[in-house]
Amino acid sequence: MAAAPKVLIPDKEIDCIGLFCPIPIVKTREAIQRMNVGELIAMLSDDPASDADMRSWCRSTGHDLIEVTREGGVYRFLVRKTR
Amino acid sequence: MERGGAAPDRVYFDYAGFAPVDPRVLAVMRPFLEAGIGNPSAPHSLGSEARESLEAARAKVARLVGGSASGVVFTSGATEANNLAIRGVVLRAPMGARHVISSAVEHISVLNACRDLEKVGAAVTILPVDGEGQVNPDEVRRAIRPETALVSIAAACGEIGTTQPVTDIARITRAAGIPLHVDAVGALGRMPLASNMGFDLMTVSSNDLYGPPGAGALWVRPGVKVAPQILGGGQEGGYRSGTENLPALVGLGVAAELMRAEAAHGEPARLAGLRDRLVEGLLTALPDWRLTGPRSARLPHHVSLVLRGAKADSILLDLDLCGVAASSGSACAQRTGAPSHVLRAIGCAPQEMEGSLCFTLGRWSTTSEVDAVIERLPPIVLRLRSLALPASR
Repeated sequence: MAAAPKVLIPDKEIDCIGLFCPIPIVKTREAIQRMNVGELIAMLSDDPASDADMRSWCRSTGHDLIEVTREGGVYRFLVRKTR
Repeated sequence: MERGGAAPDRVYFDYAGFAPVDPRVLAVMRPFLEAGIGNPSAPHSLGSEARESLEAARAKVARLVGGSASGVVFTSGATEANNLAIRGVVLRAPMGARHVISSAVEHISVLNACRDLEKVGAAVTILPVDGEGQVNPDEVRRAIRPETALVSIAAACGEIGTTQPVTDIARITRAAGIPLHVDAVGALGRMPLASNMGFDLMTVSSNDLYGPPGAGALWVRPGVKVAPQILGGGQEGGYRSGTENLPALVGLGVAAELMRAEAAHGEPARLAGLRDRLVEGLLTALPDWRLTGPRSARLPHHVSLVLRGAKADSILLDLDLCGVAASSGSACAQRTGAPSHVLRAIGCAPQEMEGSLCFTLGRWSTTSEVDAVIERLPPIVLRLRSLALPASR
C-alpha cells in the first residue's frame, strides 16, 4: 500500500488576502522573526505578484519555500524558517 | 532666494524620497491655514475666495502640464492619481474591453492598481524592459489588442532614473486610439514633457515639485472617460469627492509655477551638471560599481548605482553618520529585504541587488555637497568591503 502523502501542518498561518506588495512580504517577515528556526509558516495571498515576490524573498533571505499551491486565485506559501 | 533644504552642515540627496518644501511655497500657504480661507464649497465670502484660489492653482498646474485647466483633478498625491487613472479608465471601459498595458519598472501604485484589476477579471500586460530599464515602443505596439483600454508608462523610473520614450509610445497609442497615461513624477519640470506630446492622462506630485506633501493631481484630457474612485459630495467635478485640501493645493499651484519658471532658466542643465560630476567623481574614487539605468537618458537629478561586496543598508547608515542622507531607491525593498522589482526587471545580478544606492539632487544641491559625497562614500564602501560581513537578516 502506498504511503499517504505527508501533510505539513504550519506552526503559524497569516492571511494576506486583499493586500498587495510589499505588505504580504512585510507581514511574513515580521511573523517569521517571532518564530523559531525549523518552524513552518503558511501565508495566504491573492496578489498576482506574490508568487514571484515570495520566491525572490526566500532566495534572498535563505528561508525554505517548501510548497506553493494555488486555489481559486489564492496562493498558499509554506515556508520553513532556516535561521 | 531664501535657502530651503537640509541644514547647511548636512548633505541631503534624497529629494525623490521627500523634497524640502520651497520657502516661497510655504509663505503663500500660510494665510490659507490661518485665516479661514479653507472650503471652496462654503457659501460665504471666504468660501468664494477659497474657490478662486483653488481655480488659480488649477490653472497653474495646467500650465505646467501644458493642458486645459478643466482637465486637472486634484488628489491627495501621485499614488491616488495613478489609481484614479488606471482603475478609473479601465473600470469605465465596457466589460469586454478591459485590457491594460504597463511596464515592469512602474511605480508600485501603478503595478498594484493593475494587479487589483486583474483580480476582478481585467487582462494585464506588463512589458519587459531592457538592461537599462527602457520600454521598447515596438513592444507596446505588439501588446495592443482590440480590447486594450489603457496604456500606462511613466515618463521616468523613480528608482533608477531611466527616462522612457514616451513621445514614441504616444504616437503608437494615438494611432491606435487608446488613452496613454503618463506618470510624470520626477520628470515634470526636469525634462521636456507636456500633454501636447500625445498624453491623455498625467500624474503630478506636489512634493516632487517642492510643494507640500499630501497633494497631487491627475490631468485628464477632455473626452477621456474616467470612473471616480472616491465617492461623496462631488468635488473636483465629481471625479474626486472630499473637501479639497486648499492650503496644500494652493502650495502645489505655486510650486508648479516655480518649477515651470525654473525649467525655463536652466535648472535641469544645472542639475545634470551636478549629477555628471557625482558620477565622474565616483568613477575615479570608487572601484567595482556601475550605474543602474543609462548614462544620459536619465533624469537630470538622479544617480542610482549598484556596487558589490557591501550592503546598501550598512552604507546608508554610515553615510548618515557622516552627514549624508541618501536612499536605496526602493522603499518596498527596504521594508521587505527582498530585491526590488525594478532591479529584478533590469536583470541585476543577485550580488549587486543588495548594494543598491540612489542619490537624488534638487533645488538646493550644490557642487560642494556633490564633492562631499565623492569624498565620504568611497572610504565607507572600502571599509565595509574589507569587513566582508556575512549577510544577516
